[in-house]
Amino acid sequence: MDDLLLEFLTETNEHLETVDVEMVRFEQDPNNEAILSNIFRLVHTIKGTCGFLGLPRLEALAHAAETLMGKFRDGMPVTTPAVSLILSTLDRIKEILGELERQGAEPEGSDTDLIAMLERMASQEAPAPEAAAPAPQPQTSGTVVYQVLERELRPGEVSLDELERAFQEAPGPEKASTMGTLTYQVLERPLKPGEVSLDELERAFREAPGPAPLVIEKPAAAPAKASAPPPAVSAAPAKKSAESSETQENGEGIAGKVQTIRVNVDTLEHLMTMVSELVLTRNQLLEIARRSSEDHGYKVPLQRLSQVTAELQDGVMKTRMQPIGNAWQKLPRVVRDLSNELSKKIELVMQGADTELDRQVLEVIKDPLTHMVRNSADHGIESPAERKAAGKPEKGTIRLNAYHEGGSITIEIADDGKGLNLAAIRKKAVERGVASDAEVDKMSDAQVAKFIFHPGFSTAAKVTSVSGRGVGMDVVKTNIELIGGTVDIRSEQGRGTTFTIKIPLTLAIVAALIVSSKDQRFAIPQVAVSELVRVAPSSEHSIERINGTPILRLRDRLLPIVPLSKVMGLSRDEDVDHGFVVVTQVAHQRFGILVDGVFHTEEIVVKPMSSKLKHIQLFSGNTILGDGAVVLIVDPNGLARMVGSGADSNEFQTDSGQEQAFVAADEMTSLLVFRGGGESLKAVPLSLVTRLEEIDASTIEWSSGRPVVQYRGRLMPLVSCDDELAIKRQGMQSLLVFSDGDVSMGLAVAEIVDIVEDKLDVELLAERSDLVGSAVVRGRTTEIVNVAHYLPMVLETWSRKDHKGRQEKTLLLVDSSAFFRDMLVPVLKASGYRVHTATTAQDAVRLLSNGLQVDIVITDLELSGHSGFALVASLRADPQHSATPVIGMTVKLDQQQMALARKLQIAEVVSKIDRRGLLSALAELSGSLEEAA
Amino acid sequence: MKMLDTNAPATAKTVSRQMEFVTVTVAGQLLGLPINRVHDVFVVSEMTTVPLAPPEIAGLLNLRGRVVTAVSLRRRLGLEDLRDSERRMAVGLENHGEAYGLLVDEVGEVLKLDPDEMQPNPVHMDRGWVGLSQGVHQLRDKLLIVLDVDAVLAFESGREAA
Repeated sequence: MDDLLLEFLTETNEHLETVDVEMVRFEQDPNNEAILSNIFRLVHTIKGTCGFLGLPRLEALAHAAETLMGKFRDGMPVTTPAVSLILSTLDRIKEILGELERQGAEPEGSDTDLIAMLERMASQEAPAPEAAAPAPQPQTSGTVVYQVLERELRPGEVSLDELERAFQEAPGPEKASTMGTLTYQVLERPLKPGEVSLDELERAFREAPGPAPLVIEKPAAAPAKASAPPPAVSAAPAKKSAESSETQENGEGIAGKVQTIRVNVDTLEHLMTMVSELVLTRNQLLEIARRSSEDHGYKVPLQRLSQVTAELQDGVMKTRMQPIGNAWQKLPRVVRDLSNELSKKIELVMQGADTELDRQVLEVIKDPLTHMVRNSADHGIESPAERKAAGKPEKGTIRLNAYHEGGSITIEIADDGKGLNLAAIRKKAVERGVASDAEVDKMSDAQVAKFIFHPGFSTAAKVTSVSGRGVGMDVVKTNIELIGGTVDIRSEQGRGTTFTIKIPLTLAIVAALIVSSKDQRFAIPQVAVSELVRVAPSSEHSIERINGTPILRLRDRLLPIVPLSKVMGLSRDEDVDHGFVVVTQVAHQRFGILVDGVFHTEEIVVKPMSSKLKHIQLFSGNTILGDGAVVLIVDPNGLARMVGSGADSNEFQTDSGQEQAFVAADEMTSLLVFRGGGESLKAVPLSLVTRLEEIDASTIEWSSGRPVVQYRGRLMPLVSCDDELAIKRQGMQSLLVFSDGDVSMGLAVAEIVDIVEDKLDVELLAERSDLVGSAVVRGRTTEIVNVAHYLPMVLETWSRKDHKGRQEKTLLLVDSSAFFRDMLVPVLKASGYRVHTATTAQDAVRLLSNGLQVDIVITDLELSGHSGFALVASLRADPQHSATPVIGMTVKLDQQQMALARKLQIAEVVSKIDRRGLLSALAELSGSLEEAA
Repeated sequence: MKMLDTNAPATAKTVSRQMEFVTVTVAGQLLGLPINRVHDVFVVSEMTTVPLAPPEIAGLLNLRGRVVTAVSLRRRLGLEDLRDSERRMAVGLENHGEAYGLLVDEVGEVLKLDPDEMQPNPVHMDRGWVGLSQGVHQLRDKLLIVLDVDAVLAFESGREAA
């Protein structure tokens, strides 16, 4: 096959891809002339080249499609069947191209079926196009401009020049006059470029690109206007002219996108290697220059060389990257065809299309992605009727989302369809002997869902043209795993299914933070790093320890610290206190990596770890830095796994854990797990703990039998967390410090075990006031300690003193969470308030209507069953309580709530977990109440 | 060896009948690596150690823009590390598409040896060595152990099997 043909094939395939996408866009937005012009231009180019290369079948097809599109241009309504027809014509063209590529010649066959349909479609509703037809006369100058615009310096396109010249030369003016009558019949004959010359397509085509043709086109448009009886038709070209600048911009944008050259990957690889060598050599030169004190005049050029080398390296590295959008290009068409075929309404939303990834990775995931989108459309999204019945919008959504996360690229394919039929999968799993009945019963839904990745599990029962491609989910999984990725599935009955593909950054270029630990450098992917904190003892940020476990207090949050040197086994040294904490965020986990030094960030090419080292989950790869040194890339995910107690990835507190601490029983709560005197584990919500301390027991003073310790310039009372645990008289004593305003309390514990995050489902215990109840935390029964029990024990004297002379106020606390009430009531009592509680709004209203006199009402604004706002509104309606101050508590403050709160004269809205804020709001309110009295 | 033409007369020692070996020395012992497996020989400059790596792996090297896994032949043979020598030499090998550098004490000359003259490993040779050796050649003044490159680089899988 000659080069020209090869060039034609790659180029035409590329054009067809674009046309596919543009066609779907055009169908949705039929008034967008920029899109139509672009499609037009591409199809025309294909047609022209085919003619030049002597490919009659292709040319005839392209011409027929172009004709129909010409009709769109002239105002024919864009219908789904018409677009489908054009798309299937494009498919036929692709088929022929495929054959052409294999055999080097156009295959035998006839396309009269399609051409006939296209023509019929075109002639169906021809809105008097003849009027516009006789337009183009001044071709000579048009040719010149056309060349400038369209040529992209490719060998294949040079031929187009000649083709175009043929176009321009062939039509005599006499043809222009005959044109008006019948244009499209030329198709039936074997075509030569000259013969198709002066139809209106050509005219329209010439109108579209470039500013220069406009100048020429204007006189051309004028006669058209003059001769055209229906004004609407002549208005069209005029409008086009007016919009031409926009059209041109668009055209240029697309031309810019296409402006690429093909380079063999091996060539790039070689280039990359050479650049790396160049960098090494440069570094050696720089080293020599540094050592010799004399300047022989080469230092400036050397610096320049150094700079250029760096830029060259940068450039070469970038050549490998492509936006993931390239792999998505086909998807709009796929979804469109599917929604027609299956009579479903599907919208495809694509986010993060510019997320870059290595082109090799891109190639590998292209087909799996397409398959998964097909699956979502075919099996996930229901028919409009079903959706309506389920109370969902008729139009289903498939959402593609790509982003960098924690050093890998995550691609999500989510649909809002019916979700996986887990029962059917269970049944099938047993049928296929993948698992036994008993096994299947024991499996969680998530495990069952994973069966769809099992070989031979593909949906053989329902072979449609859609999923009958012989590619099962197992192939998808294999393909993704081939490049070291993972696929995960999350499905919710009736709500949809989400596939999450994670591709490690193996081949990608990432920005990384270069850090050092024990004189060795490491790279930490920048995406995982959220901030850097310098730590030193007795500075603002110092590392504290509980039982040897380092922790950093960062803006009142406890951040688990992982010394890099320790996990790497570089140092046995337990107490590293100096250095930098790289605050790392992986998915929902947050922790700090303690390193000795931080250098800079650098774009690195990630090279895969040697197969001999792949098992070390701490590293995701290695790279060669600008100075030639090999550096290992720390995998924050792996680090999180290694440090945690188990394989589970929840050992670190969630970022949002604090906010959610009390939201509801079924939401995640960060818990500090510790041991008291007995064997049983105890836990307390981490958000309640102000600080963790380890003190020397000898500093504990015993004043009148009660242990106190000097803490931050004050005496802090200590209390043991249970009767079995005696506060130590020597050695180190671990404390949980709880603070309220200025007063603190130390809860002595035997050992701090862990910080975990779990669903807190507390089983309340009535008989013990020191416990809220018990809960299963990480599969172990754990006693949830009632901090409120201890506070009055030690704070009694303080609170008395504090509130002496102040008239006791009566509060009504309305909160539906028993857990929260139990926590809060003693705190309020300890602060000198009389507290009544109500579980629901109805409860509260009943209490009040029964004559309960309260000074202040504190209510949760998100009461279950009944909004807290509704409660306040009913209070306001009651003359007796219309002026009662109300404090609202909420989990998250938003503007809407604030506005509503103001309207209802809610004195203060505080965060549910902000006890200090609540107390100060209370103090303020009771102060003003007293003044008023 | 298998690749030899058995019909050829045993006495005619043509070049094609001989195999070339790159000789290296480790702890005074002469070892030979089939030359077709050796990509290059280079001086190790800077090496990055890999925490938590198997002991056989000395670290990672940058060899002309390529990251090469350095395997210590001494450790592989159960020998002590050499005290910091001035020049550390490595033999570049390729295995399953990955580049390795085998760290040795010294690299010697290339020898042409007749495979027919190779003798099996002595029965009482160290077990660890037997696994890595294809046989022994008697040279004029010393013995040369022919290393099995695949076996030398197969330590990880060997461990998994164990």
